[in-house]
Amino acid sequence: MRLGRRRVVLLALVLLLAAAPPAAILLGQPFYIDLLRRVMIFAIAAVSLDLILGYGGMVSFGHAAYLGAGAYAVTILALYGVHDGLLQWAAAIGASMLLALAIGSISVRTSGIYFIMITLAFTQMLYYLGISLDVYGGDNGMRLPMRSQFGGLIDLRNGTQFYYLVLALLVLVVLGVRRLVDSRFGMVIRAAKSNEARTRAIGFSPYRYRLAAFVIAGGICGLAGALLINHTAYLTPDLMHWTRSGDILFMVILGGIGSTVGPVLGALALLVLENALSNWTEHWQIVLGPLLVLVVLFARRGLAGLLWREGDDD
Amino acid sequence: MNLQLVLEQILNGAQLGATLFLMAAGLTLIFGIMNLVNLAHGSFYMMGAYLAVTFYGWTGSLVLGVLLALPATMLIGVVIEFVALRTLYQRDHLDQVLATFGLILFFNELIAIVWGRVGLFTDLPDWLSGTVDFGEAFSYPLYRLVILAVGIAVAIGLWVMVARTRLGMLVRAGASNRTMVAALGVNIRLLYTLVFGLGTALAGLAGAMVAPVYAVQPGMGDPVLIQAFVVIAIGGIGSIRGALAGALIVGMVDTLGRAFLKPLLATLISPPAAQSAGPALASMLIYLLMAAVLALRPEGLFPARGR
Repeated sequence: MRLGRRRVVLLALVLLLAAAPPAAILLGQPFYIDLLRRVMIFAIAAVSLDLILGYGGMVSFGHAAYLGAGAYAVTILALYGVHDGLLQWAAAIGASMLLALAIGSISVRTSGIYFIMITLAFTQMLYYLGISLDVYGGDNGMRLPMRSQFGGLIDLRNGTQFYYLVLALLVLVVLGVRRLVDSRFGMVIRAAKSNEARTRAIGFSPYRYRLAAFVIAGGICGLAGALLINHTAYLTPDLMHWTRSGDILFMVILGGIGSTVGPVLGALALLVLENALSNWTEHWQIVLGPLLVLVVLFARRGLAGLLWREGDDD
Repeated sequence: MNLQLVLEQILNGAQLGATLFLMAAGLTLIFGIMNLVNLAHGSFYMMGAYLAVTFYGWTGSLVLGVLLALPATMLIGVVIEFVALRTLYQRDHLDQVLATFGLILFFNELIAIVWGRVGLFTDLPDWLSGTVDFGEAFSYPLYRLVILAVGIAVAIGLWVMVARTRLGMLVRAGASNRTMVAALGVNIRLLYTLVFGLGTALAGLAGAMVAPVYAVQPGMGDPVLIQAFVVIAIGGIGSIRGALAGALIVGMVDTLGRAFLKPLLATLISPPAAQSAGPALASMLIYLLMAAVLALRPEGLFPARGR
C-alpha cells in the first residue's frame, strides 16, 4: 500500500481527532470536544454528499433533507418508547434511503439546473412539513426524550464515548465511500459523469447507477442525522432548512470536491471558522458570504488543492 | 363554502401569481440569456422591499418610494453583476449556485446590520387602503388589485419588449446562440448587464410592492426565491410564457390549497385528522405539483425553444 499524500492527510487527521479529547480536558476546554464532535457529524454528511457530487456529478442542494429524516426517525421512535440505538439508527438510515429513493427517482432523471432546483424544492417541502407537524414539535421543535441506548456498551451521555463512536463511524464512512468509488459501481457513476453518451454506448444505464448512489448517499447522511439528534438532543425543522444544505455543499467545495478526505477538512474548516467568527461578531455571516464567493472564484480545488496534487489518489 | 370566499381566494391566488411572475420572469430571463443560476435573486426582492419602505418613509409617498426603489435595486444588481457574477457565466452551475449562495448570506446579514433583525411594518396610504365593492356582498382590498394590475401590465410590457423591440430580438437571439450574436457585432457584455439589470428591477418591483402588506425582514426573499424556482421548473426554464403560466398555477394552487384543503379533507376523513393533515398537505401542494409535472414532462410545460 503506497502512502500517498491523501492517505497521510487522512491518517494525520484521524490521529489529531483521536488526541483531541484528552488534550481538551488537559487544557480545561471541554467545549472543544463538543465542537469537534459536531464537526465530525457534519463531515459524515459532507462525505456522503461528495459521493454523489464529486463522483456522480449530481449537484444536490437538498442534502439537509436526509439529516432531517434521520433525526425525525430517531425522535419519533423515542417518543413511542423505542430507545434501542441499533433499531433507531437502522430506522434512520432506512427512512433516509426511502426518502432519497422517492426524491431521486424524479430528480435523477433530470440534470443541470433542474436537478439543483428539484432537490432544493423537495427539501423546502420537507421543511414546511416539519413545521406543520405539531405532534412532533412543529415550528418550535421538541426535546429528544432520551438518547439512543446501546445496552450499557456505549453511553452517549458520556461526551467522550460518544466522541470516539462518531470518530469510528467517520473513519468507516470515509473508507467505505473510498472503496465504493473505486469499485466497478463507482467507476460507472464516474464514467457517467465524465461522458454519459459513451457510458451508454458501452452498455450501462446510468440512471440506475446514479439512483443507487443517490440512495446510498442519502442513507449515510441519515446516519449523520441520527448522530446529530443525539448530539443536540433537540429536534427542530431547522435541521432541514435550505441554508443547511448550502452549508454542507460549501464544506465539500471548501475541502475539495471529489476527494473523500477533502470534505472532512471542509467541515472542520467551516465549523471552526464559524465558531471563531461568531465569537468575534454577531454578524459573522457578512464575512462568511464573501469568503464563499472568493473560494468559488479562486480556489477551485479547495483545501485539498493545497495539500495534494490532483490525481494523487492513493 | 360560499361563492364570495371562493372569489376572494381566486383573486388572492392571482395576486400571489403576479408577484411570483415578477420574480420568475427575471430568474428565467437571466438563466435563458446568460445561463446563470442566480440564487441571489431573492436578495434583490428583499432589497426592493427595504428600499421602498425607506424611501416611502423619507418622501411620505408610497408611489415615489416604489419608483425610487426600482432604479436603486437595479443599480445594486448591476454592481453585483460587474463585481462578482461576470466571471461566473463560463463556470458550471455548481460554482454559480455556491457563489450566489454566498451573496445571499452577505445580503441577509447586511440588511440585519443596517435595518436590524426585527421586521418592519408600514401602513398603506389612505387612498390605497380602501376596498373595492363588487356587487352588494363582495368587496376586495384595493391595494391587492393594484398589485395584480401591475403584474398584468408588466407581463404585457415584457411580451411587447421581447416580441416587438430590437432589444427583445437581441435577447431572443442571445438565448438561442450567444456566440453567433457576439460574432455579428453585438456587445454581448452590455446585453448581459442590461438583462441582469432588468431582472433585478423586476425582483425589486415585486419586493417593493408587497412591502406594505407583508412583513419586511432579513431573509424574506429566500422562500419566494424557492417558490419562483418551482414556478420556472413547472413552466420550463428560460421561457417567459412558462414563467407566466407557472406563476399563475403555483399562485392559485398554493392559495386555494391553504384555504380549502382542510374543509375539503374534513368531509373525507375525521375533522381532527383533517385539522392536522390539511395544513401539512397544503404547504406541500406546489412541490407535489412540481413533481407530477416533471415526472410527465421533464422540461416543464413550455420548454424554451432553441436549446
